Amino acid sequence: MTDKLITAAIVVVGVPAVLIGYIWLTEQVLRVLPERRRPGIRPWLWLAPALAFLALFLVYPMIGTIIHSLQDNSGKNFVGLDNFFWFFGSADALSSLKNNLLWLVFLTLFVVGFGLLVAVLVDKVKYESFAKSVIFIPLAISMVAASVIWLYMYQYKPPGAVQTGTLNAAIGIVGAGPVPWLQIQDFSVNTFMLIIVMAWMWTGFAMVIISAALKGINPELMEAARMDGATEWQVFRGIVFPLLVPTLVVVSTTMIITALKAFDVVYTMTSGNLNTNVIANQMYAEMFKFGQYGRASAIAVVLLLAIIPIMFFNIGRFRAQEAVR
Amino acid sequence: MTTAQVEQAGPRQGWFARNHIGLNTALIILMIVWAIPTIGLFINSFRPASDAFGTGWWTALFPPYNFTFENYAHVLGQSSISTAFLNSLFISIPATVIPIFVAAFAAYAFSWMDFPGRNILFVVVVGLLVVPLQATLIPVLSMFASWGIAGTFLAVWLAHTAYGLPFAIYLLRNFMGSLPREVFESAAIDGASSVTSFFRLALPMSVPAIAALAIFQFLFVWNDLLVALIYISIVNPDNLPITVVTAGLVSSQGAGIEFLGAAAFLSMALPLIVFFGLQRFFVRCIVGGSVKG
Repeated sequence: MTDKLITAAIVVVGVPAVLIGYIWLTEQVLRVLPERRRPGIRPWLWLAPALAFLALFLVYPMIGTIIHSLQDNSGKNFVGLDNFFWFFGSADALSSLKNNLLWLVFLTLFVVGFGLLVAVLVDKVKYESFAKSVIFIPLAISMVAASVIWLYMYQYKPPGAVQTGTLNAAIGIVGAGPVPWLQIQDFSVNTFMLIIVMAWMWTGFAMVIISAALKGINPELMEAARMDGATEWQVFRGIVFPLLVPTLVVVSTTMIITALKAFDVVYTMTSGNLNTNVIANQMYAEMFKFGQYGRASAIAVVLLLAIIPIMFFNIGRFRAQEAVR
Repeated sequence: MTTAQVEQAGPRQGWFARNHIGLNTALIILMIVWAIPTIGLFINSFRPASDAFGTGWWTALFPPYNFTFENYAHVLGQSSISTAFLNSLFISIPATVIPIFVAAFAAYAFSWMDFPGRNILFVVVVGLLVVPLQATLIPVLSMFASWGIAGTFLAVWLAHTAYGLPFAIYLLRNFMGSLPREVFESAAIDGASSVTSFFRLALPMSVPAIAALAIFQFLFVWNDLLVALIYISIVNPDNLPITVVTAGLVSSQGAGIEFLGAAAFLSMALPLIVFFGLQRFFVRCIVGGSVKG
């Protein structure tokens, strides 16, 4: 334990010292060079640590994963697209893919819908910051902790026993249930229960972004409409909502990526059992349960391909922003 | 009702109007629904195991009151969980400090130095923002194994630094790039070197952005499950962070399950303190970098 403490202290103090020393050293080295060469070389020395990290731990492994996805398990022989044929021919993998699609559609709808609702509502009350905090707190905790919290919400005891799960006790008041929420596979009920956990966490995220955009709308626009006799609902539909659409699109892209990468909640709550698996968990299982590195890489490539359109969308949006600057 | 009030919330406005009772009711119901899951587990974590198994958390709100610190005492005393808590700290602090420095240098170069390929390189950084880390796991793991650092803190520090960098560079560059140009120009005229302008001007002026980023990255690393699961858990169970240990308690389904609530709250303690203390910065980070996936 003290070893760890010493190492961590050295890293926290030592690494910044090394990095600062590095930047200082580059300037000393540049002094040796002729004056006119310096501006051409200096930026690359400043970028070098970041580029090294990005190349070594993001770009190079990404290429490695693509190559692995075309190889067999030994990593020596190329097998063409066999791993992808396996993926699209395996019932388990397809079920995971279908679940990811449910995650993508319903997590996005839920988070954007409730985020918008809460953002608009809190804008009209005096306890705005308190209300925002309540909705926002779940985003600060880990998905593992959120899963534990919701395991107690969904807890199920056989009929007749005292229900200790909040949800089953609540529906028990009107004589319904009890329902084994995480075990019902019909209509993917259990997957929806997992999606709710993530939606509970991420609504606060959508809320703060939408709320910031809402504050950016010129109040005179709304006042003018009210003067002309528009109801609050008409003001929202005719003025506020159209102006919020770009923000809603941005939040949606973030949620789509979150849905595609979903892992922690499924891992903690159901381990992907009872048809709740998603592709990130399928990949983890192929890696460590079955040692199928080729197949696991193919799943990662499918995930990457699904995210690439959003990557280009973001780049396009970034370019448009830069053009305005 | 006076005329002013009629104008403010006239009969035509409906429940959607400012401070209308219907609107308040809807919002308060939403707040209660959002708070109940956490409150329920929080109360249960202070109840004796036998009570928590037999009755719902709401029964504890009525007499006879029966609360105990036993669960927390057990969790803190049990070496695996308290060690995991410290491991989380050892992982999170360096994994927050390192990327901020590396990103700040890069962001400064992107903002205030001219070089060919600057825009294209930054577009690549924007593209890397959304890369799923799943696409890097296998090659990075075999790289760590061949370096002999799989299972060590060093491995997760390196991985988290790289995974956090695109967002850190993006956020800091947007902030540094919006600082007033004249400040840097006049410093250059006075003969200040890049190093001087960076440490004397760019860095101090970027403190709000750096604080926001530090909180964001700290929470991201503290709350991480997957990175620790892949790079640590298989090789070295002694170095596991609290997220992995808590998730393990769930799947063990027997031993220690009664302490799950206390363990979960222990893992939430630091994020909640950070959150309540520095919410302003955290929100700024999310709003400022909303392109991140």
